[in-house]
Amino acid sequence: MYVAVKGGERAIDNAHAWLAEERRGDLSVAELSIAQIREQLSLAVNRVMAEGSLFDPDLAALAIKQSRGDLIEAIFLIRAYRTTLPRFGMTRPVETGEMRCDRRISATFKDAPGGQVLGPTFDYTHRLLDFKLAAEGEPVPVPEAEGRAEPTPHITEFLADEDLIQTEPRDDTEPRDITRQPMSYPADRATRAQALTRGDEGFVLSLAYSTQRGYAKNHAFVGELRIGMVDVEMEIPELGFAIDIGEVQLTECETVNQFKGSKTEPPQFTRGYGLVFGQTERKAISMALVDRALRWEELGEDDKGAPAQDEEFVLSHCDNIQATGFLEHIKLPHYVDFQSELELVRKMRREAADAAAAREAAQ
Amino acid sequence: MADETADTERRKAWMSLLAKAPEAELLELWAAYDDAPGFDWLRAPEAGGVMVRGRLGGTGAPFNLGEMTVTRCSLSLADGTVGHAYVQGRSKAKAEAAALIDALMQTGAAADVQGRILAPLGNLVADRASRRAAKAAATKVDFFTMVRGDNA
Repeated sequence: MYVAVKGGERAIDNAHAWLAEERRGDLSVAELSIAQIREQLSLAVNRVMAEGSLFDPDLAALAIKQSRGDLIEAIFLIRAYRTTLPRFGMTRPVETGEMRCDRRISATFKDAPGGQVLGPTFDYTHRLLDFKLAAEGEPVPVPEAEGRAEPTPHITEFLADEDLIQTEPRDDTEPRDITRQPMSYPADRATRAQALTRGDEGFVLSLAYSTQRGYAKNHAFVGELRIGMVDVEMEIPELGFAIDIGEVQLTECETVNQFKGSKTEPPQFTRGYGLVFGQTERKAISMALVDRALRWEELGEDDKGAPAQDEEFVLSHCDNIQATGFLEHIKLPHYVDFQSELELVRKMRREAADAAAAREAAQ
Repeated sequence: MADETADTERRKAWMSLLAKAPEAELLELWAAYDDAPGFDWLRAPEAGGVMVRGRLGGTGAPFNLGEMTVTRCSLSLADGTVGHAYVQGRSKAKAEAAALIDALMQTGAAADVQGRILAPLGNLVADRASRRAAKAAATKVDFFTMVRGDNA
């Protein structure tokens, strides 16, 4: 028998009132503004935009405030908001070769044209807590030099000129959009890229790390990592031409991997690719490694049974909103489900006890 | 025909500048422009999303990277000139100002609007970009070769 129950409304309202008070914390401490979060916790904002799959720093900052800094909860809020927006269209693919780079490094070519530009990086810091930040202070002026006016060339271009690396031939196939069409397998590389770029940073990082440790090893070098602003251009139907509708910060990682050759083809390096909203380099490098591992079949490599080679495993578990939705639902009332299990266990125990009693009586 | 292409290029440039312009500075310049005309909405400001695309390997097949917020609107001035706006973000005020500027740029007020709004806005955006480029340039590594052990 199914019995519908209702209740808990007052408890829920009171819980949410207390949540709001706890979110605000000690009233003698100044309240955080959205602008403060946007400007001073920008890497958290970037992660929420990347995994929320919506570039809007103010909305991401609001979501972080509302979620009390729980970034997966903030990503959930952004994903939910995203579904309420009418879709105006699709942009032209961004030209990352035209990026206004804040940072651009290569681990493979010391003297790459355009140079090794470190940008505002945590690299080479000593990872010691800086207690000066606990006190108020004016930032020191930042040194400047003659800025580069022309775009910085992609490093893989130089290898491609000598035919030493696989090319990425231009192709205008309309990509599948996983926000509109459900995922199906096998998935093509463009579909995998959409899932990975919005995938959970921790999950994609761990899979990438597993490939470095030997599970589907393909020995990646960071051929290039660049972070900066790119223009976003879209065709406007009422105008009949394209305009820039905005600009976004992106992190792009191109890896140069294990080469392969055959009797007919000379040895050539292969590539992995990562492109993520915001300054998100751990994620972009991870995406490139996982992209490369998932290309095993296309590149004629062996299926080593590694998790990072298993497309369905990777793509169906990389989304932290799907994952947390299913995981957390088990804490919600399952009284009826559990009641039936309880009945079943009681019945089995009764039967076992009866059988034991019958055996004893027979002896 | 050549004129038409040049006109399109000019319009594309100002609409692109308005789309990317920081909201506060654009609205400040617009508020200071005291010849704001009356208008009728053809399409009231509406916020939405567009799907941003990238290319695999930077040059290969396109893929869906994620969405960004955009606000659009269209309006007409009393003389029938139509102005459109597609601007980044969710600000209706920014979209309205951008559409009015787009309309005025197609009228006799173009030189005035260019001088009082678009030129200062363009300079501001260019200055910010060049400050960032200058800071990036200061973090460029200068390598120097150590004396090799085998040269000693």
